[in-house]
Amino acid sequence: MSATLIHGGRLVDPASGIDAERDVLLRAGRVAAVDAPGKLKALARQEAAESINATGLIVAPGLVDIHVHLREPGQGYKETIATGTVAAAAGGFTSVCAMPNTVPVNDSPETTRWMLSPERGASIRVFPIAAATRGSMGEKLTEYGSLKAAGAVGVSDDGKPILGDAIMHEALIAAARAGLPVIQHAEDTRLTGGCSMNAGAMAFRMGLRGMPIEAESGLVERDLRLLASVNGARAHLHVAHLSTRAALEAVRKARRNGLHVTCEVAPHHFLLTEEAVGLYDTNAKMNPPLRAQVDRDAMLQGILDGVVDCIATDHAPHAAHEKEQEFERAPNGITGLETALGLSLSLLHKAHRLPIGRVINLLSTQPAAVFGLKGRGSLAVGSFADVVIFDAKKEWTFRAANSRSKSKNTPFDGWTMLGEVRWTISEGRVAYRAVAAG
Amino acid sequence: MPTRKVVATNLPPSRPAEVLPFKTSRPHGSLISVLDLSLDEISEILALATLLESEDPLVRMQRLLKRKVALLFYESSTRTRTSFELAAKALGADTALISSQSSSIEKGESLKDTGITLKALGAECIILRHLSSGAPYLLEQATGLPVLNGGDGTHEHPSQALLDLRTMLAHLKGGETSVTEKTLEGVTVSIVGDILHSRVARSNALLLPRLGARVILCGPPALLPEVASAIGPGLTIERDFDKALTESQVVMMLRIQAERLAGLHLDLEDYKGRYQANGPRMAAHAPKALLMHPGPIIRGLELTSEVADGPQSLIAEQVSHGVAIRMALVARALNAVGSGSGKHTSGKAGSSAKPSSEKPGGAKPGQKPPAAGNRRRA
Repeated sequence: MSATLIHGGRLVDPASGIDAERDVLLRAGRVAAVDAPGKLKALARQEAAESINATGLIVAPGLVDIHVHLREPGQGYKETIATGTVAAAAGGFTSVCAMPNTVPVNDSPETTRWMLSPERGASIRVFPIAAATRGSMGEKLTEYGSLKAAGAVGVSDDGKPILGDAIMHEALIAAARAGLPVIQHAEDTRLTGGCSMNAGAMAFRMGLRGMPIEAESGLVERDLRLLASVNGARAHLHVAHLSTRAALEAVRKARRNGLHVTCEVAPHHFLLTEEAVGLYDTNAKMNPPLRAQVDRDAMLQGILDGVVDCIATDHAPHAAHEKEQEFERAPNGITGLETALGLSLSLLHKAHRLPIGRVINLLSTQPAAVFGLKGRGSLAVGSFADVVIFDAKKEWTFRAANSRSKSKNTPFDGWTMLGEVRWTISEGRVAYRAVAAG
Repeated sequence: MPTRKVVATNLPPSRPAEVLPFKTSRPHGSLISVLDLSLDEISEILALATLLESEDPLVRMQRLLKRKVALLFYESSTRTRTSFELAAKALGADTALISSQSSSIEKGESLKDTGITLKALGAECIILRHLSSGAPYLLEQATGLPVLNGGDGTHEHPSQALLDLRTMLAHLKGGETSVTEKTLEGVTVSIVGDILHSRVARSNALLLPRLGARVILCGPPALLPEVASAIGPGLTIERDFDKALTESQVVMMLRIQAERLAGLHLDLEDYKGRYQANGPRMAAHAPKALLMHPGPIIRGLELTSEVADGPQSLIAEQVSHGVAIRMALVARALNAVGSGSGKHTSGKAGSSAKPSSEKPGGAKPGQKPPAAGNRRRA
């Protein structure tokens, strides 16, 4: 494999603590050298390296999204691994972790390996998350050791939370033994039957059943109690798409008490409130739902003060005909891979002055660390040559119609955001290149 | 009506001016929520209802002669359906009734496609009753046609609130049609019973305070959560029916919606003891109040026959007001609101009486789904 020299850019690599002008030489899918501007020129010439001029641009480790739905196997009309990873690359991502709520559920090493097969045509690296219980039925654990050996990086029954205390307890212990996190979609579904938005005055006025915040915080608290009870096993609980202040505070407290708990927040939960549902806009329907202002503000605060480990999109594509239904009937979820960086830079960096390094930390270095994705989320020498190169000053407008995802279900159509991706490089290969990029 | 302004104050990502929220240009004459109407528009509707009611039927017939109105009913209905149908016919329109039990809806046709089909058949206005809250917005967007909400899930029933208003004005304000924010000042209206499931309660609770009325919501916590009083201004909750009665000039009783009670445990005997409108209770606490009910009534449950058939009851009168109000709404939707001297006065702007071949707004062609189902939580 040929080499590539990225020169003239500003390297932002939280893993190495670098935020400075640096050239980066990629070779054979890895980072071969990082040095001051111009210093790698001779070496690059020797190796006949291709060159990417990143002058005026940010060079950062490729983004890592630990919560996406690629819909394969079984629902290729919504998304495929091929289309989902093209969208991911366009959004600057080089690694995505795919949730197991496929058809069939990914609860076996065979399905995990099927997802990883080159025949799926992935543009970037896909890391399957396997079901925590067979068929995600919440009754019998899957084989965590074999799943890990097949390539799974975590276990979850995303969308069908594990409600039983005993089975969750077992899952935490078995996952700890296998060295995997248990990822919980925290929703006590006994409290959310028939619900399609956040509980409160707005839901009442709209005649929709609302999901109470206790459905989330209650299950997070239960999981944390179980985690504390198996603390000797060093179990790792990861709370997916946190959306309520109460649940975030529970995580903060458990962290202080030394428990191994991590959490993620989705861009829509730190940007939007339930008001965005407007006139029953199904592109503002997801689970957990958009919440009230106080919860949305708490998500933002949690990101700024560091209790939130990472940003994850919960990219959940659905076909147009599925979303063009009565609000209560439309499926939950929105796409997010192409807008996560732009929205994060706009809100966190531009509006709230979070340094770009912190944003990259939240979108790349920390998510990679949370799931133990070795060699990802870093541009230290020896790491995978996963790189995103973007123009942090460029404002651009997202058009859902131009999305690379097979589905266009997003509430951010027409939004202007900051930070345009120019190149995405996955293990040394160019996975995405902006049309205008020179 | 929920506005679609994007939240938070300090957000830089923003919708550019040219990409406005998709619902800004809603079809003229649609009525989905009572909040769609200004007080001036409500006055116009009330005046038009009075005009049409007294107009020579043969003259009135000319207003919408041979124009097409579709009634699309996903839920059963007696009053709303019949009065909308009679209203449209009284204006000379042809009506077509589509109900979910005897149409392609049974075969799985979507609301969007049903709407597109009705438009292609020449419908210029659709009256929709649907079991899902918010469904009329979807139909409106799919067809670009004015939609009259005949009740959507547990959301709203705006024509009912308008006919209730007309009934009240007839008794309390001598049939006044020009309303302001002071018209119902000093009037207290109690809405009693299954508020949780009632679209009529929501429409009235959002409408009447805008005219100065005080609205008391009354019922047990299971059917009236505290959050109900936060949906708009001018609302209070009173659990004690007798107390609510003593303060009320108007009492609006609601049916217990057994079909929507799933999962709620309600002791009906206890409920009747606390919230039933019966003779002794009315005599003791509200002997002069107007008693209303949107129907259907369940005799012996939320009210007794003695009260339903008694001198305070306006139940049948409400139904009559319904035809007048709905004539006004249909005429408004089809732009035939002129003061009417026998001439066809429908505006030229609305004269797109022919089904147009253009694609309906927002709808993309083609894209037939593979089998439905697989609605997994994401």
